[in-house]
Amino acid sequence: MSLLEYFLRHHDEILELTMEHLWLVGMSMMLAIAVGVPLGILLSRRPGLSKPILGSASIVETIPSLALFGFLLPAPWLGARADRLAITALALYALLPIIRNTYTGIVGVDPAVREAARGMGMTDWQILFQVQLPLASGVILAGVRVATVLTVGIATIAAAIGAGGLGEFIFRGLSMVDNRVILAGAIPAALMALIADLILGMIEGRFRVPHS
Amino acid sequence: MSNLTVDEPAVEFRQVQFRIDGRPLITDLNLGIQRGETLVLLGRSGSGKTTILKLINGLLCPSQGEVLVEGRSTIAWEPVRLRRHIGYVIQETGLFPHFTVERNVGLIPRLQRWPRERTKARVEEILSLVGLDPHQFRERYPHQLSGGQRQRVGVARALAGDPPILLMDEPFGALDPLTRSETQHEFLELTRRVHKTIVFVTHDLREALLLASRTVLIEQGRLAGIYSSAEFLQSTDPIARQYIDAFRTGQEALPPKRESNELA
Repeated sequence: MSLLEYFLRHHDEILELTMEHLWLVGMSMMLAIAVGVPLGILLSRRPGLSKPILGSASIVETIPSLALFGFLLPAPWLGARADRLAITALALYALLPIIRNTYTGIVGVDPAVREAARGMGMTDWQILFQVQLPLASGVILAGVRVATVLTVGIATIAAAIGAGGLGEFIFRGLSMVDNRVILAGAIPAALMALIADLILGMIEGRFRVPHS
Repeated sequence: MSNLTVDEPAVEFRQVQFRIDGRPLITDLNLGIQRGETLVLLGRSGSGKTTILKLINGLLCPSQGEVLVEGRSTIAWEPVRLRRHIGYVIQETGLFPHFTVERNVGLIPRLQRWPRERTKARVEEILSLVGLDPHQFRERYPHQLSGGQRQRVGVARALAGDPPILLMDEPFGALDPLTRSETQHEFLELTRRVHKTIVFVTHDLREALLLASRTVLIEQGRLAGIYSSAEFLQSTDPIARQYIDAFRTGQEALPPKRESNELA
């Protein structure tokens, strides 16, 4: 049976696991954005916090993903459901690029623009929402894009703790020593990463600040 | 209370000192800025001119002494209210690159929640005032404008909320000499039509002589003299002389060897 035949025969399962994978990635990205963007904003206003927070996020990044899933297993509420645990762990990985880009995006806004905004009597919140965040949005989206591509890859490992997703095929293929099965997971995952990269790249381009 | 004292200066510095990390940037500054005058602060880079402007709109607070705006100390003002009372134009213009000209100019009216129609009318009025056709420029973004046009939008934005006081920090510094000269003359015209108290920072004596009702010479954070344009040119003060000499060297070099200059 060729690879193509295998794909055709299992297209239902491929589709189902792809949707599952998409769900894991989507939920963890939403969680990571909901936590990471406010943290990045906080860092831009309290630069003293940037070392400890960015440092901690970097440490999380260095933990091998399989180990991180394992570490979180005994956690009371998280360990109860595999998908809950997987989403949390994936969000932790996605956090660093999002925090860092939000922070550098805001800090990178032309000081003359910030100065003019203050000098004209805009409040801190007005400066944040009308000036800094819109001007930083391109950089923030670039962080989201990097994090999404990263998460699509790491999410394949979530299958190891029974959270499903395209990793199911990969682990099954490994144990069966069958490359077709591995590819049934790897190819859709790679496509998903590419498409996410493309779409987010397009959105990012629309938010890029026009410069002379 | 300020209504009663018409002669009260719009801005007044009383024994103002400003230090950063113990290093004095402004020392013993006493200065009254009269209503409706264009006061030019002339000095070298780093002499403290910009610091003086920022002390007026409360971006900086004096380490000692006080700065009074409309008779009230800048510390007693609510910062946002103080700054909306004062227009601010800086050299890099600080236009918001993601806003159209219309949104940039209409910023203060919008923040003050003017009705939409009134804001729109005001933007058109003020763009015409600074010599930009509203229909042509309203929809453009700052990066689609020339340096001179950007600068006019910067002035328009500062004037839109109709503040009685206008601070200008080397607003024409980044323009090429020809555009600069045109813009200066237009600005001079403009100041005659809008009755504002203007504090204007420059390091260019020519600009000071053209625009100032009074020129204040600043040297190393101290007030080194206050002159009318005529007084300045006749001054024997060594610091003032330096500016005049530098100003004249260019002129003296030109007439006798015009042809050789054209080659160069």
